[in-house]
Amino acid sequence: MIPEILRFGDTGFGDELVVGALVTLEIALYSLAIGLGLGLTAAGAKLSRSPVLRGIAETYSLLIRGIPELLIILLVYYSGGAAIEMLLGLFGHDGGFDFNKRFAGSLALGLIFGAFASEVFRGAFIAVPKGQIEAALAIGMTRPQVFLRVRFPQMLRFAIPGLGNLWMVLLKDTSLVSVIALDELMRETSVAAEATQRPFEFYLAATVLYLLLTIVSDVFRARLERHANRGVAGEAAPRRLLRRGV
Amino acid sequence: MLDLWITYGDRLVDGAVITVRLVALACVIGLVLAVPLALARRSDRRWVSVPAYLYIYFFRGTPLIVQLALLYYGLAQFEAVREGPLWIVLGDAEYCGLLGLSLNTAAYVAEILRGGIAAVPKGEVEAAEACGMSRAAVYGRIVLPRAIRIAWPAYGNEVILLLKGSALVSTITVYDLMGETRSVFSRGYDDAVYLYAAGLYLILALAVTGAFRLGERRMNRYLRAAG
Repeated sequence: MIPEILRFGDTGFGDELVVGALVTLEIALYSLAIGLGLGLTAAGAKLSRSPVLRGIAETYSLLIRGIPELLIILLVYYSGGAAIEMLLGLFGHDGGFDFNKRFAGSLALGLIFGAFASEVFRGAFIAVPKGQIEAALAIGMTRPQVFLRVRFPQMLRFAIPGLGNLWMVLLKDTSLVSVIALDELMRETSVAAEATQRPFEFYLAATVLYLLLTIVSDVFRARLERHANRGVAGEAAPRRLLRRGV
Repeated sequence: MLDLWITYGDRLVDGAVITVRLVALACVIGLVLAVPLALARRSDRRWVSVPAYLYIYFFRGTPLIVQLALLYYGLAQFEAVREGPLWIVLGDAEYCGLLGLSLNTAAYVAEILRGGIAAVPKGEVEAAEACGMSRAAVYGRIVLPRAIRIAWPAYGNEVILLLKGSALVSTITVYDLMGETRSVFSRGYDDAVYLYAAGLYLILALAVTGAFRLGERRMNRYLRAAG
């Protein structure tokens, strides 16, 4: 039933595609880690009293929102690589710099994720009811305690739907790092399509694999949302704070 | 860095013109496709709503770059397609890119519209029905105009995403802004060209944002107090 070229082993490219899908997942997870860190930091900056920090964080969001993802990846890989090489040169290192593709790709995708995640986190922080913070202070909690025990955990609950949407966007955006010849699913697919001259079967197979990743994520996201809301009466599904990370 | 612009600037501008044309046309075609999709998705009849659901899930669940490759490289594999009447569209990279962008954005806009339609106050619909309007009149005069106003900001965001997504047509050999940029880069490996491209995309994105703000003000002018 499965055509020869899509089988596993020496005759087909099936195993290459599955390995590519795993690399896709790996890149997405690295990017998620980088993006969550950047997003939290930028959200903190956006909520801070310092106009300089706010300005930096707002500029970061504005730039990422306005520049195509593909271009950001190329900028990070080529311009970022050149900048690092120059910096290393200043320190007397002249062996050149080989920018690791996985790192460059994850960094670029993490930058994109972080910009949108900062908006999700900011909205979620604001959504924590003021009364609860006052109540926590009134019973004698210190500011750090209020943050760790009341604001942060509740903020996460509000942020989960928005972050779930961003994860979906991120999964699909990983396909763009194929332009720097990183061997993820899209790259493996186009290599196989060219080698066999059967692009239709391969790109169709790739869409099926991407859909599988999406469906699994959807199920996982629904569970996570339920888990996060288990302590809240009558809140089976929280209000969507943000759709599609916008 | 400046001499790069002097040599290749007009190529980048030519590319930006193609980007603008692609995005504008895809917006219009996408919207035309999205209205029936959104209505079908809301239908109570399963044979109407399920295909619309699957269409939307497919286009939102897979990367645009793969959709474009499937359309442009995948379909060209079949002789029936190459000999058929659709080849006028599928054989040309720019038309094919336009088709891919339109089909893709239609799925997202349909979801935005669906949200907008759901948010139209029930009382207004009932009032229109009580006045004796037909179903078509209720939709044409009340529901859709209201839904568009509600969905407008989300739609503006989608157009920005479409603008950014349009850069992917460069992977199927269209010389849009991104395509020209990559072609210039491949000549001299001067990464400054990426900075110019980023600047141009930012200007386009700001223009879209501004246009949507203006549109919002104009569309909701009846809400402002007279005088």
